[in-house]
Amino acid sequence: MPVIKARVTVTLKNGVLDPQGKAIEHALDGLGFGGVGSVRQGKVFDVEIEGADKAKAEADLNAMCEKLLANTVIENYSVTLI
Amino acid sequence: MKSAVVLLPGLNRDRDMIAALTKISGKAPVTVWQTDTEIPEVDLIAIPGGFSFGDYLRCGAIAARMPVLRAVAEKAAKGVQVVGVCNGFQILVEAGLLPGALMRNTSLKFVCREVKLEIANANTAFTRNYSAGQVIRCPVAHHDGNYFADPDTLKRIEGEGQVVFRYAEGTNPNGSVNDIAGIINDKGNVLGLMPHPENLIEAAHGGEDGRALFESALGLSKAA
Repeated sequence: MPVIKARVTVTLKNGVLDPQGKAIEHALDGLGFGGVGSVRQGKVFDVEIEGADKAKAEADLNAMCEKLLANTVIENYSVTLI
Repeated sequence: MKSAVVLLPGLNRDRDMIAALTKISGKAPVTVWQTDTEIPEVDLIAIPGGFSFGDYLRCGAIAARMPVLRAVAEKAAKGVQVVGVCNGFQILVEAGLLPGALMRNTSLKFVCREVKLEIANANTAFTRNYSAGQVIRCPVAHHDGNYFADPDTLKRIEGEGQVVFRYAEGTNPNGSVNDIAGIINDKGNVLGLMPHPENLIEAAHGGEDGRALFESALGLSKAA
């Protein structure tokens, strides 16, 4: 059975406060990495889908994002087949 | 008045909710499990607090996709009253039954303390036994209670009186926008709040400021 591999990236929308990103930003500053303007934390999902129909896989992955992987009130998502 | 309590793996305030509803209504609530597709005829459905599904993915995200939540949505569409407390609130927003989202506390810390709550709208089925502007005590215990909504949604819910509870007197524990602690849907039958009114209903709790919420929802008059 062929397998399609995909990477889904979920990030916070602009304007949504990211306290975790801010904390990471401050920690990087504390480690001496100057010039870090901003850090936004997100999520990555590596998904394997059985089959060879890339168009269907991509459509399914987008539906998965809309229904579960992302909360579209606060998050954007992108799907990349790899 | 009959009530039901939704049970999901990882919730831990279910016994508190069952005890509160039993003491206040005089009748034990029925319990419904995550895989149940039907909820019996009741007047109030409560979703308790805890950490359903270990808060995996996002708080309440997995629970909101369970069969029992579809049953809750069907009941809510028919006008049955639904209250979600803490994780229950997170589940209701993830299920799309309430607007907005609940994000990590700005302090990044779990907060477990008592806050002051202002009754921002006393003209709801859940708050009619309080008075508008009244400030009550209530415990909170959460890591992700920072309410967020986009500017248009925020304007709408503020304008429509859907903000029911606000953290008062500088006690906002999580950075919630406009000090929002609890909101109601536009139909007025689905309420979500981060604080735990079920943990302040009798003298043994050190007060009973949360009691009127359940008395209101259960159609009981205010205890003398």
